[in-house]
Amino acid sequence: MTPFTYERAIDAAAAARAVAERPDAAFIAGGTNLVDLMKLGVARPKHLVDVSRLKLDTIAESEDGGLFIGAQVKNSALAADARVRGAYPLLSRALLAGASGQLRNAASTGGNLLQRTRCPYFTNTATPCNKRSPGSGCSALGGFNRIHAVLGASDACIATHPSDMAVAMTALDAQVRTVTGDGATREIPMSGLYRDPAQGPEAETVLTHGELITAVRLPPPPPGRQVYRKVRDRASYAFALVSVAAVVDARDGQVLGGRLALGGVAHKPWRVSEAEQTLGAESRPEASFAAAADAALKGAHGYGANDFKIDLAKRTIRRTLADAAGVSS
Amino acid sequence: MALDISANPIGQPVDRIDGRLKVTGGAPYAYEHRLERAPAYGVIVPATIAKGRVRAIDAAGAEAAPGVLLVMTHRNAPKQPAFGPPRASARFARARPYLGDDRVRHWGEPVAFVVAETFEAARAAAALVTVEYEAETPALGLERHLKAAYAPETINVGMKTDTSEGDFEAAFAAGPVTVDATYHVAQQHHMALEPHAAIASWDGDEVTVRTSAQNVANTRKALAATLEIPLEKVRIMSPYVGGGFGGKLGMRAEVVLAAFGARALKRPVKVAQTRQQVFSNVGHRPEAIQKVRLSATRDGRLTGVSHEVWMQSSPIEEFAEQTASSTRALYGAPSILTRHRLVNLDMQGGEPVRAPGEAPGLLALESAVDELAHKLGLDPVEMRILNDTQIDPEKKVPFSSRKLVECLREGAARFGWSDRPKAPRERRDGPTLIGYGVAAAIRPNYLGPCAATVRVAEDRTVRVRTDMTDIGTGTYTILAQVAAEELGVPLKAVTVELGDSRFPVSPGSGGSWGAASSASAVLDAARKVKAEMARTDEARVFEATGSVKGMRETQSYKDFSQYCFGAHFAEVAVDEDTGEIRLRRMLGAFAAGRILNAKTARSQMIGGMIWGVSSALFEEAVVDPRFGHVVNGDLGEYHVAAHADVPNVDAFFVDEHDDKANPLGAKGVGELGICGAGAAVANAVFNATGVRVREFPITLDKVLIG
Ligand SMILES: Cc1cc2nc3c(=O)[nH]c(=O)nc-3n(C[C@H](O)[C@H](O)[C@H](O)COP(=O)(O)OP(=O)(O)OC[C@H]3O[C@@H](n4cnc5c(N)ncnc54)[C@H](O)[C@@H]3O)c2cc1C
Ligand code: SF4
Repeated sequence: MTPFTYERAIDAAAAARAVAERPDAAFIAGGTNLVDLMKLGVARPKHLVDVSRLKLDTIAESEDGGLFIGAQVKNSALAADARVRGAYPLLSRALLAGASGQLRNAASTGGNLLQRTRCPYFTNTATPCNKRSPGSGCSALGGFNRIHAVLGASDACIATHPSDMAVAMTALDAQVRTVTGDGATREIPMSGLYRDPAQGPEAETVLTHGELITAVRLPPPPPGRQVYRKVRDRASYAFALVSVAAVVDARDGQVLGGRLALGGVAHKPWRVSEAEQTLGAESRPEASFAAAADAALKGAHGYGANDFKIDLAKRTIRRTLADAAGVSS
Repeated sequence: MALDISANPIGQPVDRIDGRLKVTGGAPYAYEHRLERAPAYGVIVPATIAKGRVRAIDAAGAEAAPGVLLVMTHRNAPKQPAFGPPRASARFARARPYLGDDRVRHWGEPVAFVVAETFEAARAAAALVTVEYEAETPALGLERHLKAAYAPETINVGMKTDTSEGDFEAAFAAGPVTVDATYHVAQQHHMALEPHAAIASWDGDEVTVRTSAQNVANTRKALAATLEIPLEKVRIMSPYVGGGFGGKLGMRAEVVLAAFGARALKRPVKVAQTRQQVFSNVGHRPEAIQKVRLSATRDGRLTGVSHEVWMQSSPIEEFAEQTASSTRALYGAPSILTRHRLVNLDMQGGEPVRAPGEAPGLLALESAVDELAHKLGLDPVEMRILNDTQIDPEKKVPFSSRKLVECLREGAARFGWSDRPKAPRERRDGPTLIGYGVAAAIRPNYLGPCAATVRVAEDRTVRVRTDMTDIGTGTYTILAQVAAEELGVPLKAVTVELGDSRFPVSPGSGGSWGAASSASAVLDAARKVKAEMARTDEARVFEATGSVKGMRETQSYKDFSQYCFGAHFAEVAVDEDTGEIRLRRMLGAFAAGRILNAKTARSQMIGGMIWGVSSALFEEAVVDPRFGHVVNGDLGEYHVAAHADVPNVDAFFVDEHDDKANPLGAKGVGELGICGAGAAVANAVFNATGVRVREFPITLDKVLIG
């Protein structure tokens, strides 16, 4: 860990300004990801701006019937919120499937969205990695890539985004609100937050340096039943090999439509509109779930140790959609 | 003079006498001891190549960094004796040089050591040390180098490398029913909660090191040999050890470097290895390929058993895990062949890891036995009972006690084995397939030479001393129980002091010999004190040293073959869509002589069983053949069982008292629980799914493919 200076921001715009002013500054919220990376020498900020005490820790109902989640709401508080559990159980389930109780108590909504990949070559400064050290090569190609991407990857980087929460938020059409140092605000759809690794894996999101996430806005929930299914190597405290966020609107055994997003398979939560369009397009629910699975994994490509994820993802999609539709196979 | 006789505490489920200290933070672990003088903090800089030499080190940046007191590299490290040949008779007592030359022998080997006023300053400065290497092409990858396999002189604990009873090849050729299966077990790590750590301080030419060691006498010898100073000038203290599992049998870099640092700076220096460093610097269970062949009659009688093993070793230091050794004694087949071969790779060498030999060996053997039972259409419990033997097929002497059949029968009854799904894929629960599995457990019983003193003060309080360690097993408690019972005093009146090289020498904790050896020595000392007290009416201090001889000098270990036995029963659910395997419940039945403390012994068994589950389903250190490092070298990605993975694990002991083992009739329990546990889970997975995974750990992708 390299020595750093530290300040506690007083308001969101000031925090954004403080980071924007220095190229070597970074925000810190719960610190559950950033501090680990600093200890490993992967992140070397010289100045930390602590945003954890900004008054961005409330959940409020928005006028359109959705929710407004402050960026400093802790993962555990978000998962336990009655409104979230009632209207967005998908989100609550996804959060509770992540990390551990202690980590969720510290982890923030904004930090969760921006956590870095768990690629073990990224976190080891002694091995080449394009994301950590652009141009050095990708060790995961031809290496141990069990947890890596099968969709949307590039030869520059095959890392996955590890968040569970982001997968649920993507399926729920969430919008990310930000503020920059000059006080300008904007709203970015979840589907547009993460950048394609082919454009340079070192920059993971479209956020500019010093752009602070202030909130996440959830529109009113889509019709249908919500199910989050996480497949992992042990029963808890492991990242997803594959996760599926599904919302299925079904009546009398008939599927009318739905949403589908995947985690653990790409550099971002993976949502394919063709896959969603198949929901309800076929008269037999099983046929439409199979079609959705195939459409979602279209173009998937394994790198050796992660080949199994393609079939696993399809199986998990079919099963999760069936569970959400209430048609058990 | 007479003592009060109170209830017999031996065997009672007494709470740990050190429990309160531990949960309140009052028990100092290696890194936590407070000395009068503030320590300086050392951080190790590890090599980032697998083989080659250090061409240049630039330490200037680190030396100039704030708070830095010392940067040590091979250029300014004290002269040390060479490590010597890869084989040594007393390997845990040999000199272990660090920063002794410019060679890099494995990834993670220390290449520099930075000491500073604070831990943070030392860590920051360590990152400023730049090393230029002259890398050579390392030999990595077990399968790729099988052709270079060789037979070691002996395997661990001096056992024979190969054995052959009867004519296995002829038996196998004759069949009529055979199994020929090759299993692969992954490299696995100890991962004790407490990392390797040490605080060294010098007083003149005498050094004291507080560390986390399973065996203080060996650590003392190893450090004296490395520093080239007389043994009397070295004191090792290891009062509390946060888990060892074999990884703390030998002295490691933190002890040596702390001693160098403290001597150079004339103040205490403390060092802990990081979790990542623990993956590359303290040994591991080597990756191995195991070929098991069985032949049997149609009614299930084994006619031949063969177990051949190829495993990773290191050109620096040889370690041959005794993987096939218990195959020599588990079943009464007329022909038994075992063989061990080593493949040198440019990695650190292997080390004992809880139940070295049995843990990986039974994973393969007991899977193969299940394969045979399935082929024959026999109940795997009954087939094991059919092949029981009361004579050791290798040593040709009776077992001192062998209650494998009782464990199988009693375990089966309590588990509800009769209700098992007879055929694979027979039982379902919603989207999951349910399977039951069984496996046998076997583990040698050892006795090491041990001494202890017992002192009864005028106020009738008792003090027990030995350099024995308590690595979380409950040694403090059982020694208090033995002394209290023999002297007839309340448990509260006994104080136990452990882990100081100034106390009488014990064999330390390892090989499950600790309890029997140290408790026998304490019993002997207590008897001597009692005899002396009976001779006089004086109210004075009584003190005596007691001892027990090791098994090599004990006739009953020649006349009898000594093992502990057990049986594991597991139920798993396997998700048919995702392949996820979840243990539902598990029961272990064990025969391990007289149980000294029902509570701590049961904890030992359960802990072992959980590790068995973990090693069968989760644990795999992946070594990248391009670099030579453990890719998933942290506890986020090297998966050990989490609580949710082990929902319902229980164990019980069948009644036993083994009078051939030692004066107490007790046997070792520390490793027995892991032996065979993984195979019971693997067999349950097969029973659930019909898929036989021979590549451990059994991850969901392997079940899905099958
Ligand atoms: C052992 C372990 C297991 C885990 N398992 C899981 C799991 O199974 N599933 C899962 O989803 N997650 C898991 N996590 C990750 C965990 O969810 C994240 O570490 C956590 O959500 C990050 O939040 P934080 O507030 O601590 O972020 P920090 O560590 O404080 O910050 C993370 C990054 O976000 C930036 N940042 C923080 N807040 C803002 C903001 N408001 N605006 C702009 N930038 C910001 C920081 O500069 C930093 O780059 C695990 C973590 C660990 C250590
Ligand atoms: S996958 Fe991405 S993060 Fe991992 S080594 Fe390759 S470039 Fe680095």
